[in-house]
Amino acid sequence: MQELGKADLNSTRIIPQGDNRVVIEKDLDTEYMVLSMGPQHPSTHGVLRLECITDGEVVVEAEPYLGYLHRCFEKYCEKVDYPGIVPYTDRMDYLAGINNEMAFCITVEKLLDIEIPRRVEFIRVITAELNRIASHLVAIGTYGIDLGAFTPFLFCFRDREHILNLLEWISGARMLYNYVWIGGLSYDVPADFKKRVDEFVTYFKPKVVELYQLLTTNEIFVKRTKGIGIMPADVAINYGWSGPMLRGSGVDWDLRRNDPYSVYPELDFKVALPDPKFCEIGDSLARHLVRAIEIDESLKIIEQCLDKMPEVDGFDPRAAIPKKIRPKAGEVYGRAENPRGELGFYIQSDGKSTKPLRCKARSSCFVNLSAMKDLSKGQLIPDLVAIIGSIDIVLGEVDR
Amino acid sequence: MPAAVQQSKAAYDIIRERFGEAVSECDANPTMPFFEVADTSKWADIALFMRDDSRLKFNYMACLSGVDYMEQGQLGIVCNLESIGGPTHKIAVKVKCARDGGSIPSVSCVWHTANWHEREAYDMYGMTFEGHPDHRRILCPEDWTGFPLRKDYQVQETYHGIKVPY
Repeated sequence: MQELGKADLNSTRIIPQGDNRVVIEKDLDTEYMVLSMGPQHPSTHGVLRLECITDGEVVVEAEPYLGYLHRCFEKYCEKVDYPGIVPYTDRMDYLAGINNEMAFCITVEKLLDIEIPRRVEFIRVITAELNRIASHLVAIGTYGIDLGAFTPFLFCFRDREHILNLLEWISGARMLYNYVWIGGLSYDVPADFKKRVDEFVTYFKPKVVELYQLLTTNEIFVKRTKGIGIMPADVAINYGWSGPMLRGSGVDWDLRRNDPYSVYPELDFKVALPDPKFCEIGDSLARHLVRAIEIDESLKIIEQCLDKMPEVDGFDPRAAIPKKIRPKAGEVYGRAENPRGELGFYIQSDGKSTKPLRCKARSSCFVNLSAMKDLSKGQLIPDLVAIIGSIDIVLGEVDR
Repeated sequence: MPAAVQQSKAAYDIIRERFGEAVSECDANPTMPFFEVADTSKWADIALFMRDDSRLKFNYMACLSGVDYMEQGQLGIVCNLESIGGPTHKIAVKVKCARDGGSIPSVSCVWHTANWHEREAYDMYGMTFEGHPDHRRILCPEDWTGFPLRKDYQVQETYHGIKVPY
């Protein structure tokens, strides 16, 4: 028997099998090591802790621990009235505030059964799509950083700043807007809004191509992501994945089209799906690709909305807002397509109070992250970073 | 009756035909059509049937929320189910159990996504999920006392020497 720690060098053989895949054969069992990744680790995008059990460089199992950013959103919902919840939803997925507000507002509006002015709907869609682009830019930029590409991050944040300026101009806040209200908006858009958004779209279109050339087709980037963390479509559905994650697995599912809300049925856009010639369906690259394509689609939607948005003299976006929001007794589950997937709200109302009896937020990141344990099995540690990055989590939404 | 509600009703009829008295009447309201599982112990069977039957194919669990029915002395879960790539119907299912020491069969083997949702429901309400593979708290610390989203929850005074209510 060999002495411990003096194993023959040839006792472990790493056999490469095509792109990014290795088979590891061993004569002897090695001792497992526990590696705690996070809660303070740059590649976990916030305060997530992964307890990895590793066998050399290979992750045997990774168990996520969450809750470091738990702020009792659901408990607060039972203490404040409906309009008071809107600012709290901003703070869940802080990169896509407008999308969160919109998801919450359409859910309550479903329960209230009220009509929303058309102009309000268009403004909501334009701002939501702008916010989606901003959110995807962060996702793509930080994903580059995770894999060692620093320049795309700077490009992304430069362009994101233009969007944040636009949204600050209309709502007064950079990230936590409180702009979409139940039944309307807090303010109408400023006079030059159409012109400024149009300028931004014209400016941004070539930048998308530039970003594509810089990062998406970069050979190192492709090598790091192609074939890593493959998720088959049926397992993805079983895990409740949604949004770019699900579409990355090749499932043609987008709530904007499959469960349409607002004015999306009138708009012409493609559901972003990965190209099997360029990536393997369901891998990290496919998920990145879906986000990159979605930026293009969002720009298309914004252009169409700018054309179709009705101009109303002396428009009051608060006109349709009920004086007191007291929905009839009942339950509702409403959702919207967020940059990270399906954000749903389950609301229970007793018909008497102005506060919900129960308000559950179905967070897309929380659900997407729950597959981490299965996704990480047998991956190398650097690939684990690539997988977490491709899930694009915002811990504010995971922990709520 | 809107078309979506009719679809839910049709899906419910198939389940009713198979399980009879184990499920309650369908509440076909326009905002969220749902039915209740009257016999809690049958819930896992019903879930598997709903996922696998070729007419139903509820392969996607959108949401699972815990609920506290304090007046009835019960806790419960509400599951929002639908089908991706199959029929375009949706339905919600309610399962209830006793408030003290009640348990609900786990469906995390039917839909993987239920694993974390059930852990969250346990964390917030304290019902047990029978057969859950990883029955732990998820958002609160392991040694937290009480279940925060219960209507009669009293926050603990101190946690590891730190004053909790502020």
